[in-house]
Amino acid sequence: MKEIALHIQDIAENSVRAGAGLLVIEIREETRADLVTVVIEDDGHGMDDDTVRKALNPFFTTKTVRRIGMGLSMFKQAALQADGRFDVDSAPGRGTRVEASFRLTHMDRQPLGNMAATIVALLMSNPDMDILYRHVRDEDVFVFDTRVIRQTLEDVPISEPGVLQFVRELISARQNLDE
Amino acid sequence: MGKMTIEELRKIRAQAKKTINLRDAKGKARITVHMGTCGIASGAREVMDALLKAIEDQGIQDILVTTSGCAGLCSHEPMATVEYQNSPPVKYVDLDAEKIVEVLLKHAVNGEIVKEYALAIGSEKMN
Repeated sequence: MKEIALHIQDIAENSVRAGAGLLVIEIREETRADLVTVVIEDDGHGMDDDTVRKALNPFFTTKTVRRIGMGLSMFKQAALQADGRFDVDSAPGRGTRVEASFRLTHMDRQPLGNMAATIVALLMSNPDMDILYRHVRDEDVFVFDTRVIRQTLEDVPISEPGVLQFVRELISARQNLDE
Repeated sequence: MGKMTIEELRKIRAQAKKTINLRDAKGKARITVHMGTCGIASGAREVMDALLKAIEDQGIQDILVTTSGCAGLCSHEPMATVEYQNSPPVKYVDLDAEKIVEVLLKHAVNGEIVKEYALAIGSEKMN
């Protein structure tokens, strides 16, 4: 994976498979602390302690098409190589929370990358899942919430091409939605 | 680009509502982009993004886009499957942003298989 946004998309697919109704993605960039923190949290079916331990092993997967599952272990490696930390917290029935941090100015920190493309791809394939995306850069806070979009759309699906185009522009411009 | 508001979203909604009513709910073709870890790492998101942008920009109707996980052919990602009307599904391999648009316009819109990018039965390509 070349950018953090791609890891986020990959990890979010696990939330989809866990039957999440709401996916929360938070990115915090703190210049003074020289830190980037990424939190991906869902309300899906969660994992027991044993599965959490195994999930970080690249040779473990719950799927049957192949015998390896590298998503979480690659995200963990990306954090550790940038002098960061990595933590997975989960419980059956409660959902899963993945937190990765990175030293902001570390040479090996991957770029954040294209979050607009990540969110649009997630909405395209999972139009019924809600996404709350918060991106904090020091004092600057950007919030994108599909629940707000849906209120206006009423019966029109969020995966309509025109709507996705709007979402892409909104996130690319990091512009908060208002009246 | 100007400031985007709820008002703008309302207009998009009204426009979308019109086209939804006009089109066949089943769609003419379905394109499935494979988005497993292997797909994403080899460029599936760029493929998906190029596909969605082409559909938006050219106002193409009746094409459904969806995603799936790993299909077990990781070395040939990015991959996509096209199901055109009642024809059998065709898997396309080693795609990029340009190839997927070609597949969209030729196969999904016109029903003409793009042989160069298709994974043919019994002829697994060697890299």
